[in-house]
Amino acid sequence: MRALLSIFVALVAYEATARSGWFAPALVPTLPAIGRTLWAMLGDGRMEGHALATLARVFTGLGFAAATGLVLGFLMARYRAVERFLSPLVSALMPIPSLAWAPVFILWFGLGNTATILIVFYASSFPMLINTWSGARAVNPLWLRAARSMGASGPRLFWKVVVPGASPFIITGLRLAFQRAWIAVVGAEMLAASAFGLGWVIFDAKEFLNADIMLSSLAVIGAIGFVFERLVFGSLERLTILRWGMLRTARA
Amino acid sequence: MSPIEIRRVSLSYDTPAGKVEAVREASFGASPSEFVCLVGPSGCGKTTLLNMIAGFLTPSQGEILIGGRPVSGQGLDRGIVFQDFAQLFPWRTALQNVAFGLEMKNVPRPEREKIALEQLRLVRLEKFAHAYPHHLSGGMQQRVAIARALAYNPGVLLMDEPFAALDAMTREEMQKLLAEVWRATRKTVIYVTHNVAEAVYLADRVVVMSPHPGRVKAVVPVRLARPRDPLSVEFLEHQRELLSHLTRQEEA
Amino acid sequence: MPILRSLLPFVVVGAIWESFARWGGFPERLFPSLEQVAATFVRLSAEGILPHHAALTLYRLAAGFAIAAVVGVLLGIFMGRSRRAEQFLLPLVSIGAPIPGLAYAPLFLLWFGLGDSGSIVLVAFVSAFPVTLNTWTGVKAVKEIWVRSARTMGADERRLFRHVILPGAAPYILTGLRLALAQAWRILVAVEMLAAVDWGLGYLIFGSREFLNTDAMLAGIAMIALIGVSLEKLAFEPIERYTVVRWGMMTA
Repeated sequence: MRALLSIFVALVAYEATARSGWFAPALVPTLPAIGRTLWAMLGDGRMEGHALATLARVFTGLGFAAATGLVLGFLMARYRAVERFLSPLVSALMPIPSLAWAPVFILWFGLGNTATILIVFYASSFPMLINTWSGARAVNPLWLRAARSMGASGPRLFWKVVVPGASPFIITGLRLAFQRAWIAVVGAEMLAASAFGLGWVIFDAKEFLNADIMLSSLAVIGAIGFVFERLVFGSLERLTILRWGMLRTARA
Repeated sequence: MSPIEIRRVSLSYDTPAGKVEAVREASFGASPSEFVCLVGPSGCGKTTLLNMIAGFLTPSQGEILIGGRPVSGQGLDRGIVFQDFAQLFPWRTALQNVAFGLEMKNVPRPEREKIALEQLRLVRLEKFAHAYPHHLSGGMQQRVAIARALAYNPGVLLMDEPFAALDAMTREEMQKLLAEVWRATRKTVIYVTHNVAEAVYLADRVVVMSPHPGRVKAVVPVRLARPRDPLSVEFLEHQRELLSHLTRQEEA
Repeated sequence: MPILRSLLPFVVVGAIWESFARWGGFPERLFPSLEQVAATFVRLSAEGILPHHAALTLYRLAAGFAIAAVVGVLLGIFMGRSRRAEQFLLPLVSIGAPIPGLAYAPLFLLWFGLGDSGSIVLVAFVSAFPVTLNTWTGVKAVKEIWVRSARTMGADERRLFRHVILPGAAPYILTGLRLALAQAWRILVAVEMLAAVDWGLGYLIFGSREFLNTDAMLAGIAMIALIGVSLEKLAFEPIERYTVVRWGMMTA
């Protein structure tokens, strides 16, 4: 209830600004105008189309990133040689914002899906890799000893002890990776997408000073991000880590 | 060195399950420089009573007098030591922790450091004056906490199971040390514990409490010469007497 | 030896890159040899072009981050200490935080103009969220026992804040600032591409695309990596080592 109140106050403040006449209505459209635009775009399916395009790019990139991050992360935790080889590369590449690669990828692969997905991949693979790696190393050595003394070894030790033991970190890594991917895809679509996607809509609307379209897309981006981050990945965390009482491990 | 008087103190609060009486009409006193232990099973209100003396809680009925003045809120006339090692400020060295109260009293730095060092010497930690709490063992941290509670020279020392989280050997050493510190400083002490042997070792008088609702069951004087020998017949007899008070109430 | 060992991966990756570049399957303009990239890096640095771009990017980063740090810490403390502020602001912050900052970029450029003001406001706005949320969590996480101890020793509100709340929340505040700086850095590079500013590393990379200057783009990315790593290493590690790590409140 109180949450609704503060949102209401913020909306009223915005509406008052929009109606005050200090700013051009094209730049600061009123809430009903934004609502109408959003409704119209949802009605003719344009907004859904853009949202689906964006989601498809995010999940393709995220899927590749999760696969790569998991495999490399576990390999790094298991083999010293892999760790020694990859960790300097990781620490050199990680601080480069994924979008800095956008012009290079565009040059190599042209505008469109390949460049966009590569940027998403670059943004989300590092949290996945780092979390898998530290998760696998943080598996309680007592569990390994206990499992070995009960006769587990090789693949069974890996699947039955290491993977579940590392899973709090991995699930948190997945959530972080989605956050990064979601940020990256919006930027990537602004820079590298040819004609589709929520980021592209916002960027394109700027050319025509359509602030109502920008704000509608912003609302959709916020809503989708909220649904996936809080509801999908959040409940995944709740169903696993929290139920196992391992949240502290994952946050530490 | 101030006398304490607890006059028909009650505390009850409302919960969704109805009214709970944490303490009912507790009365007892402590003469200047007397060492009084509050003993009882969990739920008997001994910590609640201590929190009222400390001023963290306000009695619903009755009154508490320290040095003849009624207690309202917290004050520098009382020093407090909790069970939790985390009571020390991790961002301050042992010396800076001990000096905190003096700093709040605006005592100039050289003087407060001199006093703090004396207090640390009293608990035999002068060598660790510049160590941060996380470098000290649990027993050492509790000694710093005692020095900190004494540094600003309160008339009364309130202790809430300060040694309960220590291992048995350290606990014995700490009891001995506390007895010496008390003899040297002559503070009036109210000491909460659930350990009968500890109470007999330390107290001039033991207040036995019983639960549901928390009441004073008996007040037992301990007239043994100090330093006390926990293996002497008289010591064991006192222990037996206290235990009989504690078990009788369970049958009732 | 450790230096050699961590150089090895770069040599291997460099050799692979080099063999692709010399193989001739890709146009040289799109896939320059490392020698060319290095030569461009040196040339652009010597001519003062690269430092000028970097300086302007750092100026925007510093300005935006400074605003975010001040506003975020103040808001976070306010929310942590006052229930009303928390109830009002928390819903707004939790709705705003998950929306990718770049999605606002075109809107902010529209409202605050292309160039410095638009990008600085955007960087400040986006990175204020992690600072606010972490500071708020930190203030809430200050242990009750520290507040009690400090009050017993006579700390008033002002000194409680300065000597207990602020250092107690420090690990969280520093984490928030660190996250914010990383986020500011990622957003800034992207926004410089969108905002069509005349100088700045993002612009350097994006602008070079027009002329197929892949070597200049890669030199720019190298500079970005260099600054990114040094921000992480130089800005926060010394502060953390001197404070929260020394206090044992955070492991290095």
